[in-house]
Amino acid sequence: MSEATLEPSEQAIREEVRAWVEANWNPDASLLAWRNKLIDSGWGCAAWPKEWHGRGLTISLGDAVDDELRKAGAVSVAKTGVRMLAAATILEHGDDMHKGTFLRRLLTGEDTWCQLFSEPGSGSDLAGLTTRADFDGDNWILNGQKVWTTSAHHAQYGMVLTRTNWDVPKHQGMSYFLIDMEQPGVEVRPLRQMNGHASFNEIFFTDAKIAPEFMLNKEGNGWKVAMTTLAHERRLADGIRSWGRGEKGQGRIYEELQTEVASVMEPYKWYPQRAGRVDLLIERAKATGKYDDPTVRQAIAKVLMMAKAAEWTGRRVKAANALGRPPGPEGSLGKLAGSQVARLAAQAHTLIAGNDALLTGEDGALGGIISEILVSTPAESIAGGTDEIQRNIISERGLGLPKEPRTDVDRPFREVPRNTVS
Amino acid sequence: MQFTFTDEQEEFRLIVRRFMDDKSPSTEVRKLMDSEAGYDPAVWQQLSEELGLPGIHIPEAYGGQGFGFVELCIVLEEMGRALLCAPYFSATALAATSIIHAGTEEQKLSLLPDIATGKTLATLAFNESSDNWSPDDTALTATATDNGFLLNGEKSYVVDGHIADLLIVVARTPGSTGSDGLSLFTLPGNGDGIDRRLLKSLDPTRKLAQIEFKQAPATLLGELNTGAETLPHILDLAAIALASEMVGGAQKMLSSAIDYAQLRMQFGRLIGSFQAIKHKCADMLLDVELAKSSAYYAAAAATDNTDDLPAVASLSKAYASDTYMKSAAECLQIHGGIGFTWENDTHLYFKRAKSSEVFLGDPNYHRDQLVLRWENQA
Repeated sequence: MSEATLEPSEQAIREEVRAWVEANWNPDASLLAWRNKLIDSGWGCAAWPKEWHGRGLTISLGDAVDDELRKAGAVSVAKTGVRMLAAATILEHGDDMHKGTFLRRLLTGEDTWCQLFSEPGSGSDLAGLTTRADFDGDNWILNGQKVWTTSAHHAQYGMVLTRTNWDVPKHQGMSYFLIDMEQPGVEVRPLRQMNGHASFNEIFFTDAKIAPEFMLNKEGNGWKVAMTTLAHERRLADGIRSWGRGEKGQGRIYEELQTEVASVMEPYKWYPQRAGRVDLLIERAKATGKYDDPTVRQAIAKVLMMAKAAEWTGRRVKAANALGRPPGPEGSLGKLAGSQVARLAAQAHTLIAGNDALLTGEDGALGGIISEILVSTPAESIAGGTDEIQRNIISERGLGLPKEPRTDVDRPFREVPRNTVS
Repeated sequence: MQFTFTDEQEEFRLIVRRFMDDKSPSTEVRKLMDSEAGYDPAVWQQLSEELGLPGIHIPEAYGGQGFGFVELCIVLEEMGRALLCAPYFSATALAATSIIHAGTEEQKLSLLPDIATGKTLATLAFNESSDNWSPDDTALTATATDNGFLLNGEKSYVVDGHIADLLIVVARTPGSTGSDGLSLFTLPGNGDGIDRRLLKSLDPTRKLAQIEFKQAPATLLGELNTGAETLPHILDLAAIALASEMVGGAQKMLSSAIDYAQLRMQFGRLIGSFQAIKHKCADMLLDVELAKSSAYYAAAAATDNTDDLPAVASLSKAYASDTYMKSAAECLQIHGGIGFTWENDTHLYFKRAKSSEVFLGDPNYHRDQLVLRWENQA
């Protein structure tokens, strides 16, 4: 980077952050007090606009700021979880009232958010949703059901995508609202999964109310707003993995943080098993003696091959991005590779476990970790876009193959055949 | 570790690609695969003189271009994509690599310059009739006499062995077993006591020979009985080189399948609009890109000579073998009946995929090696 550039240099920014942290960091402060101070300083979300708690820095300089905070052991603002999807969406589509009402409390961690998009009747086909919002002259009245909602049981607010017009094609009849979850018309029920965990919820709306000013963007523009939220979902997934790391120490603030992390991480505690636990394969094969069986080694090799090749593909994409090269189709493959790795890993773990694969919990292999792998990996090829949808995206956008003819987008949504479940 | 190609390497790839597009259209491939020599000397001369490809990874001190293994792999990927018929894999990937890693300084100075200019066609003969691609099964012996070493035995599946001017042969000291007592020897292809027979190969673009040695006088390459140290590394590098060639062919099969899916109409629409076809293509892309990443990583590991090289060599060979074979089979399937005809080019790649799958060890062999070697580097 040339020295004449107007953008402050990364080095200068890092030094400024270090000095600020040194002067202000206090591990015995309350989490809330510290975060408010961090938000006031603009260092908590340095890549956000100056008028909204940030410093208007580029994403990469913002990352450098976070890196300095981490190095100093300073706790960050509540930057992960679904709340950051809400923040990104509000920053892009919200007005000053929305930003003023929600952003600070979201960053302090006082407010938890949930995303209310998927429905029992519309999974892959999100735009086919049927939760309705009708205007009664004062408020929008919500009726319908959402599903796969993380954190809803302790969320104060939700981002909800609804149908407000049934007489236009499906993508044009949706509107996007910010909803108060703590009201009588909203019922939250945990949804138990096949692996016994209940990481998600079902939400039932019965005449729930939303004041008109809590619509984001305009009536009928809900799909566009939802695309903003979804575009940030990938980055959220990365954020979850690093959540709570490096922020350990002595003092009141760390204790409060631990409680917060435990609550945020609760739904995700089985996610390592969902991905297949490739890291355990060789170690387990040796411990059980199955390492000597060439068929087991074949199974392990198939997992390692795909897992390493997928990792290297990710590195290739990153390296090409860093050089400013245009993205190729290889950038869209990670999800599909991940679900195949998980499936192959479950097969290999089954071979290694032998008869212990019949058992679970404390009677199961490795204190139940292995059985949790076996009954969690099916989620990998469904959650966040099924393998089949991924293949459509890859073949249409990556390879340029034609779309399948559709019968649902050229007519009013009212006339589109749909599930009776709703 | 390098995860992407430099601008210079990308430019180099384009130059090689243009050359291959120009010199190795399928009409040429079909002509040459039916010839006994299996290559066009005029094209060989051009790729040697104009592009210096045979010496690409040979150090400048020995008359080569002095590039790394990554550049060699770029060349091989492009050759694989164009199915070039030329004694390149044998001379450069196998023979030159063997001399670079096993030869004495004097031998490098005397042997490599003529390989680098394309004047000497050379190959490595190490496999015999067994299914095992590990050199430990070598039976061919090298007996020390007052007049030097004499080779006795037989080699098979020797790439371009019928035309090579220089043979590099793996032999064992009489009485030794396993990896002990293995050495490399050189001898002229038309030397005394050598009987060469061109085999009828399933993949006619890869010529294979059987070579019988009867009291054939040979020169020791490097040190006696050190094959256990040099050969595994040479074969790892050969596996990586072959993986690179294979991903080029696999990419060609993917492109060909996509092209056809965007051309062929059935039931009133392009077949590429059916999910049955487009999902196949998405899976092909996944495998091809992951196989490429493995081959590229392995090539970079070869350049840096990293600790994980043996494991990733096997990984890249296994991944590329599976992927090339699958891509060729799926490309053929997407073409339907026309894909099974002699006139359609898919079978040329299908056969190259099959020969590459088996050559230098099949995927099961390399998968096993991968796991066993994974532990050794950890």
